[in-house]
Amino acid sequence: MKINYLRIVAIGATIAGMAACKPANEKASSDSFLAGDAAERAYVKPGEHDEFYNIVSGGFNGQLSVVGLPSGRTLKIIPVFSQFAENGWGYSEETKPMLNTSHGFVPWDDSHHVALSTTNSEHDGKWAFINGNNTPRIARVSLSTFRTEEIIELPNSGGNHSSPFITANTEYAVAGTRFSVPPDAKADVPISSFKQNFKGYISFVSIDKNTGRMGIKFQLKTPGVSFDLARAGKAKSAGWFFFSTYNTEQANSLLEVNASQKDKDFILAVNWKKAEEYLAQGKGKKEAAKYAHNVYSDETHSATSTIMNEVMTLDPKECPGMLYFMPCPKSPHGCDVDPTGQYIVGSGKLAAVIPVFSFDKMIKAIESKTFDGDFDGIPVLKYDAVLHGEVKKPGLGPLHTEFDGKGNAITSFFVSSELVKWNIEKLEVVDRVPTFYSVGHLSIPGGPTAKPHGKYVVAYNKITKDRYLPTGPELAQSAQLYDISGDKMKLILDFPTTGEPHYAESIPAALVEKNVKKIFKLEENKHPYAAKGEKETKVVRKGNEVHVYMTAIRSHFAPDNIEGVKMGDVVYFHVTNLEQDWDVPHGFAVRGNLNAEVLVMPGETSTLKWIPTKVGVTPMYCTDFCSALHQEMQGYVRVSPAGSNVPLTWGLGKNPTAEAEKKVAKK
Amino acid sequence: MKPLKKISWISLLVSSLLLTVTYFVPIWKIDLWAPQYPEGLSMSIWLYKLSGQVDIINGLNHYIGMAHIKEEMFPEFKILPYAVGIIIALGVVTALSKNRKMVLGFLVLLIVSGVIAMYDFWKWGYEYGHNLSDDAAIKVPGMAYQPPLIGYKELLNFGAYSIPDIGGWLFVLLGAVTIGVVIFETKTNK
Repeated sequence: MKINYLRIVAIGATIAGMAACKPANEKASSDSFLAGDAAERAYVKPGEHDEFYNIVSGGFNGQLSVVGLPSGRTLKIIPVFSQFAENGWGYSEETKPMLNTSHGFVPWDDSHHVALSTTNSEHDGKWAFINGNNTPRIARVSLSTFRTEEIIELPNSGGNHSSPFITANTEYAVAGTRFSVPPDAKADVPISSFKQNFKGYISFVSIDKNTGRMGIKFQLKTPGVSFDLARAGKAKSAGWFFFSTYNTEQANSLLEVNASQKDKDFILAVNWKKAEEYLAQGKGKKEAAKYAHNVYSDETHSATSTIMNEVMTLDPKECPGMLYFMPCPKSPHGCDVDPTGQYIVGSGKLAAVIPVFSFDKMIKAIESKTFDGDFDGIPVLKYDAVLHGEVKKPGLGPLHTEFDGKGNAITSFFVSSELVKWNIEKLEVVDRVPTFYSVGHLSIPGGPTAKPHGKYVVAYNKITKDRYLPTGPELAQSAQLYDISGDKMKLILDFPTTGEPHYAESIPAALVEKNVKKIFKLEENKHPYAAKGEKETKVVRKGNEVHVYMTAIRSHFAPDNIEGVKMGDVVYFHVTNLEQDWDVPHGFAVRGNLNAEVLVMPGETSTLKWIPTKVGVTPMYCTDFCSALHQEMQGYVRVSPAGSNVPLTWGLGKNPTAEAEKKVAKK
Repeated sequence: MKPLKKISWISLLVSSLLLTVTYFVPIWKIDLWAPQYPEGLSMSIWLYKLSGQVDIINGLNHYIGMAHIKEEMFPEFKILPYAVGIIIALGVVTALSKNRKMVLGFLVLLIVSGVIAMYDFWKWGYEYGHNLSDDAAIKVPGMAYQPPLIGYKELLNFGAYSIPDIGGWLFVLLGAVTIGVVIFETKTNK
């Protein structure tokens, strides 16, 4: 009996031991990777500036966020592809054309990848480019005004995911289609005819060195696969572009299964210099295609949208030596080129290894024609002939890789939810840290360039769960900042982000700050409806259109009393902000307007359209707390019934400054 | 009567000629600082014009019913370039004459014109700061907004500094040199 008691005690102890061995909760494991002085390392003193601008894609909000690092503070949302009622982007008459497409006005998109302009593969601080994934587009954002200046639509595309990665000197931004599609001009074909009729178009969008102006230089009609991500070469590989692919099975249904069959998909290597040669030789063919090209001008403070009707295409079958496939394990996602331009890292999201390809070996394999057959006429290079080596057992679900500039790569792992640092030459894992939870993209300041600033890495996670105070079913996205300046990656900050960030880049503040525009000069305002002083204000009727040439200055609108508007009229308030002082915007809103407001920057003119819906006196006011008398910055518009004979009149009370001037003049 | 020593007339000549610089630089500046203007606002006064953030200052001052600062407010701008030209010419003539009485006369002229200039500037400040519109949005009983003649003064939320700019310091230099010459010549010729 004694023994039995002992047994019971032993079993009890075992159970108790098992309970104690229950995996520690995630908070505890997050703590164990936290730097002891984390708060100090991420701290930016009140009134001081961050060290880096972090330009972050907004994902399903279609915009771009500007975040400071290392503080993680969000500084601005730049509206790009989505209407932004907050400042009138896509609502004001001036900005509506920016969202025009061949389909008409599209008020939203899904923005995934940021590319900051480079010279010699190093950040030059001029522009940020971002893709519109859903209705294929690329936008260019100025890093001086932090506004979207240009949007170009991409024909023959569906899902502009492999975009807008750029070449070393920002000669091109690329756009590889995620969906292969039949050409726009012959698109009414059975879906099941994928293999015969569908093509994977890659657009090369040229960028003017000085103005940044974009244009589709050519489109490559590559075989029908899905393009996922891409990177340009650097230095010796600068004439090449590398694209990851999936669905080389060419499935058109249940891709989850059908596009995951092959042991290897491809990385497509494009010799874009060769493509330019073929183009110069006249190998290009113009094809009918409809797409919009929208340009915003800081002089007229207005956008124009032009519908283009044809595009230059290159058929790889007629251009030998331009494209090669490199086999890459299991549906590669990220396709990243190291700072030297020698190594190309493929991240097979279903693979157990990270393959690293060698540019030198690739060139040798091309020269010696070490092919493994072809895919739809394009040579497939032998895997072993182009491989530098594989990183073994790195983690589960590798997605993206960035570089620290010290010979290491850091790869994000979605499934095992971690960042893994490994040595590029030796292909050995040197460190790993968990992310919270399921990291997608990662970003090191200068990480994709030839000059990484290997101080921090940010993990942009796809799952948030318990990281912050809960806010119902829908949560903010979670990001983590790690200090990577030492041997061990140390977690130093957790911060929520806006939208759903995919890729982001960071740039030293010093490269951007000095060029930031503070005001628009009034004398340079070429808006056709600008009133550059209160003497130029007026109200003009053109049929049923009423144009109000209005000014705003602290703290009144001129005019602020308008009569003679009738039901059936369309009223355009052209509001010019006369201020010439930094950070003095004026907002303008009208009661019951089936529209947003406009937020007008100093020296700028914005137009708010208003179709009156009721007879009566309608209030209007300034929406941006501009001054001590902001609350007084208001006025009225009288709306009379259609056919009424109330004359068109407008006015503004007497300005006290004039009186004081008379008094002083008397001296 | 002995002529001026070499060091005296040369320093007088050089500091008189240095005044030509005042045609190319501001002579006075008014700096303003407020919680909302951590970077400060600045207005410069030249012999013949204004520069700096005059429009922004005017925009702010309209709340308290002040007149706009405009160049037309300063008839002095039409006279000052000639007046300074005359001072330079007299300074040069005095130096070259090497005459001690002339130096004394020049000093008196400088002091008189300095006093007139400062009185004129004070008077402008007084008119500008006191003649407010009766309809001003912000009226503080008993408050006037006369900028300080020289130095620092608080005006509501603004701190105002009024100090000579490069040109102004050159006038100060000429005055100091002239006084120095008079003292030096008197002492060494007893």
